[in-house]
Amino acid sequence: MKTKLIILAFVASAGFALAAPQTFDFKDPKGINNAGFKLDAPLESINGSASGVSGTVTFDSENPGATTGKIVVATGSLMVPNSMQRTHMLSDKWLDAAKFPEISFEAKEFKSVKTAGDTTTADVTGTFTLKGISKELTVPVKLTYMKDKLGDRTPGQKGDLLVIRAGFSIKRGDFNINPGQFEDKVSDKIELTLSIAGASAK
Amino acid sequence: MKKVLRIVAAILAVGSIIFWAAAGANRGWTKTSVPRKIVDEVTGIEGVSYEKHFVPGVDFLGAALAGAGILAGISLFLRTKSNDSQNENKT
Repeated sequence: MKTKLIILAFVASAGFALAAPQTFDFKDPKGINNAGFKLDAPLESINGSASGVSGTVTFDSENPGATTGKIVVATGSLMVPNSMQRTHMLSDKWLDAAKFPEISFEAKEFKSVKTAGDTTTADVTGTFTLKGISKELTVPVKLTYMKDKLGDRTPGQKGDLLVIRAGFSIKRGDFNINPGQFEDKVSDKIELTLSIAGASAK
Repeated sequence: MKKVLRIVAAILAVGSIIFWAAAGANRGWTKTSVPRKIVDEVTGIEGVSYEKHFVPGVDFLGAALAGAGILAGISLFLRTKSNDSQNENKT
């Protein structure tokens, strides 16, 4: 009887461990994780990306709707193809990267969660912070859980991957980035995309 | 001096057009680095890496042509050496 109880307890704890939420680290050693941005401008749209992505997300493959976490992008990692444009973009006249070194999104609530296989789509409500101003946004996201695929991406490591893709837009004026100014040169609307993979080592 | 300025202006104008066209006739802004797509084979994520590469745009071409125009314009206000010497002989 005692042995049976021990076995039962072990099986139950193992099952609990399997279903437990995992924490995924989004600091990418391969440097592929990126946040993209696009602004319309008269001559050509301004396209850029940021590679300084970090943060953690807690994800439960049995309950993807309970996902929480925070993704941070280093403002100084924002790149555009023109060095002068980049200098202006990071200066105190626009993003003020020295004073506001981070852009972040903290997920608080998942709604309209749909899961098919390893892929989950949802509308995530969370706090988006840019240039020191935080606003609540609802963003459509796609999560892909890749079980035991960490070793394929990072040889020598065992674990899972979580891929997050998101696309949404904001208005720079809402975040005190020259509100109402230069809109004939750079649009108020900024389109943002996020393509990141996080690792949960075992 | 007048002739030299006009030659320099012509070289600058023609040279900048040839350089701009040879570099791909980029009708956008000048680029000092070029984005290259990287695809992660495992996750399918598309990343971007930037390689330092100068691609002149219409702003570069415009500045070069404006410079050539200014040089040519200055040359209009300069007297030729031969005229100066003729004037000196007359007086």
